[in-house]
Amino acid sequence: MISLKKVKMGLIMLSILTVLTACTNNNNNNNETQDSNGSNATVSISGSTSVGPLAEKLAAKYTEKDNTKIEINQIGSSAGITNAISGVSEIGMSSRDLKEEERANGLNEVVIAYDGIVVVTHPSNKVKDLTMEQIKQIFTGEVTNWKELGGDDLEIVVVSREDGSGSRDAFQEIVDYSSGELIRNSIIASGNGNIKTTVANNKHAVGFISFEYIDESISTIDINGVEATAENVLQEKYSLSRPFLFIYKEGQLTDAGQLFIDFILSEEGQLIAAEAGAIPVK
Amino acid sequence: MSIPTTNKQAEEIGKANKRKYMLERASQRVFLLCALLSVITLLLIIGFVFYKGAHPFVAEGYSFIDFIFGSDWVPSEDKFGIFPMIVASIYATIGALIIGVPIGLFTAIFLAEIASERLAKIISPAVQLLAGIPSVLYGVFGLAIIVPFLQDTFGLVKGQSLIAVILVLAIMMLPTIVTVAETAIRAVPQTYREGSLALGVSQIGTIFKVIVPAAKSGIMTAIVLGLGRAIGETMAVILVAGNSLIVPTSLTDSVRPLTTNIALEMGYAFGTHQEMLFATGIVLFSFILILNFVLAKISAKGGS
Repeated sequence: MISLKKVKMGLIMLSILTVLTACTNNNNNNNETQDSNGSNATVSISGSTSVGPLAEKLAAKYTEKDNTKIEINQIGSSAGITNAISGVSEIGMSSRDLKEEERANGLNEVVIAYDGIVVVTHPSNKVKDLTMEQIKQIFTGEVTNWKELGGDDLEIVVVSREDGSGSRDAFQEIVDYSSGELIRNSIIASGNGNIKTTVANNKHAVGFISFEYIDESISTIDINGVEATAENVLQEKYSLSRPFLFIYKEGQLTDAGQLFIDFILSEEGQLIAAEAGAIPVK
Repeated sequence: MSIPTTNKQAEEIGKANKRKYMLERASQRVFLLCALLSVITLLLIIGFVFYKGAHPFVAEGYSFIDFIFGSDWVPSEDKFGIFPMIVASIYATIGALIIGVPIGLFTAIFLAEIASERLAKIISPAVQLLAGIPSVLYGVFGLAIIVPFLQDTFGLVKGQSLIAVILVLAIMMLPTIVTVAETAIRAVPQTYREGSLALGVSQIGTIFKVIVPAAKSGIMTAIVLGLGRAIGETMAVILVAGNSLIVPTSLTDSVRPLTTNIALEMGYAFGTHQEMLFATGIVLFSFILILNFVLAKISAKGGS
């Protein structure tokens, strides 16, 4: 019993000590912030779940050097744009181009990176080139056999992401079909990796994934003869791509926000974007 | 034998007793708290799932009938019908029972009645180990072995199908069925066996005419528990089901059971979509409740 009590006391003392030291540490940090920067600036960012992970990585690197606090909420592109217009967030994130009525609100947009989506098939598939219209016909079930597209006499198995996925939204928006139009018996895979595995193991299958997931296990499809490469996206030749946008209202951007955007567009920021799988702007 | 005690000694003994009683009472409280914890957790989960899941029907004017019998699930277009998933869950579970129950039951009989002790000592732990494998590994096994096997051997367009789900679930319910059924069979009194054998009935005859009927309620419990395992399984199923939103008409159709729908879409869902996933949870919960009710009935019958 005595030894147990001793252990208990020890534990309590230890936890108190930890709390105390944690407090002092915090105080120190705060002091340092005050010394170097003069203020504790906070930049609030909200929007796309596709841009979010990249923004988080950039913010993590940025806050290592600067004491600015960056708050990121991943709530979807449309909600992010609305927040930027209403001033709830300083910066909105969008993984799609702005619509006309959104642009009318005096918004500034900065492309921080691009993302490419590629249609993939089994390596044995002879079809290597499709038009946007053909892709739409495949995913809406109008075309159901590869021979109609110049391939072997094989039934087409469509693989898509789950409803609500940002990649699926973007793909459907660019190819121009709605969730309701997607062929019913399509396989629904959760995540890029899962789509890749499914397509790589099924010679009937077709799916779509982000550029960063491309490897030899799957075959990529050119669109109108344009290969899915980062250069073609930058030259606006490859159409199955989307910009990652930071949006802010004219005059609403603080100095701290401007510095963060400058950091993203700097060589270091773009390198982080490339490492995260996005296509750098430059 | 009594030891003469001084006042001082009596006081010390009294103190020690008091301490002992206090410790006793304190530990009783701790045990009570632990027991209550699971009840509280259960109530919290039920409350939370029902609160979230009932909201769209109570406050937002969605029809529960349309939810249950609707065949369109397109959250981005505000269509929420889970009929295909209910059908998929039921088909997958029944299919798994058809394959899993005979295999499980025969294994249990073999282990309890036929196998030599040495052989049983090898097979029994193997079966129990099967129960300890994380379910996602069953899914990976299904995706890497069963799905390509179905594609190559039967020329299926896609291996992710109802039959793949059934096969994976049948394997997964085996340990539950075997363990519970074996215990039930072993519990049949030895005199039953001896009586039957003495009358000249063969061993197999004894097993099916005497022992299995005597262990009936235990075997039924085993089946219902296996059923519960099958209907609630998620991670393994998500990888081999294909998750298509159709009412399955053949074993080769890809399907989306109820559990998979929740796990697949919860990550991105918000608002009504998320609440509808909780509503899917309510339906699943109802299935489990019915199963438990059946189980309680069987146990009550077995007792009398």
